[in-house]
Amino acid sequence: MQREKLLAVNDHFQLQYEEKQNCYVLLYPEGMVQLSFSAGEIMSLCDGTKSCEGIIGELTEKFSNDAIGSDVVEFLEEALSRDWIVYHEA
Amino acid sequence: MTGSYIMKPEKKTVTPPLWILLELTHKCPLECTYCYNQLDFANTKDQMSKEDWFRVMEEARAMGAVQLGISGGEPLLNKDLLDIVKKANDLKFYTNLITSGVGADISIVPKLKAAGLKTVQLGIQSSDEHTTTLITNNKTAFKDKMAFAKACKDNGLQLIVNTCITRQNIHQIGDIIEMAEWLGANYLEIANIQYYGWALENINALLPTREQLDEAKAITNHYRENRKDMKVFFVVPDYFATRPKACMNGWGSTFLTINPDGMALPCNTANTLPLTFPNVKEYSVEAIWNDSEAFNFFRGDSWMKEPCRTCDEKEKDFGGCRCQAYALTKDMREADPVCSKSGFHHVVTSKVEESLTSNQQPLYRNKINSMNIIANRLATSCK
Ligand code: SF4
Ligand code: SF4
Repeated sequence: MQREKLLAVNDHFQLQYEEKQNCYVLLYPEGMVQLSFSAGEIMSLCDGTKSCEGIIGELTEKFSNDAIGSDVVEFLEEALSRDWIVYHEA
Repeated sequence: MTGSYIMKPEKKTVTPPLWILLELTHKCPLECTYCYNQLDFANTKDQMSKEDWFRVMEEARAMGAVQLGISGGEPLLNKDLLDIVKKANDLKFYTNLITSGVGADISIVPKLKAAGLKTVQLGIQSSDEHTTTLITNNKTAFKDKMAFAKACKDNGLQLIVNTCITRQNIHQIGDIIEMAEWLGANYLEIANIQYYGWALENINALLPTREQLDEAKAITNHYRENRKDMKVFFVVPDYFATRPKACMNGWGSTFLTINPDGMALPCNTANTLPLTFPNVKEYSVEAIWNDSEAFNFFRGDSWMKEPCRTCDEKEKDFGGCRCQAYALTKDMREADPVCSKSGFHHVVTSKVEESLTSNQQPLYRNKINSMNIIANRLATSCK
């Protein structure tokens, strides 16, 4: 993946935190994925202002953990391949 | 999971609805022969104000519902449509408009997008004008649909093409796939219809043969294997199956429909059953969902008769569709007769056979035909 490019949630999907389900969910036509805690944290940072590098930086700081980089990349690659997120042209 | 099911204590866990379908009106500019709407739809009046719809959406959202379908009849005919979409979006529903693409000026499309609409599910009957007119009894429908699809794409809306397959169009599957791709559809859903309402009335003219189905499936698979740009779903018809489909993921488990007159239903066709369904003008969505007799009626399995009651597949299909069981056996607790274990399975197989040799002409879904059917029913019941 291109680690310097800005990332955003695909406009055809809808990401939101659901109190009732206690997690982030990703909505698409007639369906829903419940995101795990870490997936939700990562997805919610795909807001069109941050790149993969930026997201890793932010999460490393938030959780004081240097070892999360490869997990973030792995998840973002998966999310890109599922069209959940797209590269955002600023 | 083994042991006696009869001894298993009844558990009626009620989970909140996830999917709400608003049927804004039963009026429709098209008269599709395969429509699942009730034959007596002419009896249903539009009685929900904009405020009523708002309240239903708020209550359902508060319970945790996330998906909203806006349908009909034709939802474009409801003058409050844009406000309803906007409200739904403000409430953070994922919004799906289920439309024929006919019934409003094309300038409504950018307004729908601006109101926050996410997805348009556009019904397309055929890849040509003549067949479209034959199925819908509407001469301009094809052109209107093409223009609507283009406007959706031009305005950045996600487009899902829904095609209902019957004997009237099954030979066009290949062309329909090409056309959906050319229109830029994100998904194509090819649905073999369920035979309720008008479709059941017209079954002899609509049911395809098994050979036609196999060919349609082969063409769809060929597309799927060779090109990947558009996702294609193929919904198989249950008349050719030996097990029924799971009814709405379980009666009263996920799905809630509101009719144009405010009646709340566990599925679009549930009001064909001899049950009394509550109205959202009288009760809150929460009370209806959790406490009403109708929504609890087929929860759990204590309502089941044999062969379902002791069947080890009952957790899979919940005994199938209650509407189909009632329509074909006149007993809503029977197994769905699509199931080969059902004592009424022959009703399905003989319908299939009968349709093969029939030259019945389909009846269009319109107000006059609906009123005639209502009048005939009254006449027979008075005799
Ligand atoms: S007998 Fe009833 S529960 Fe068993 S497979 Fe058939 S319909 Fe489903
Ligand atoms: S009873 Fe049939 S029509 Fe009604 S919800 Fe179940 S599957 Fe659908």
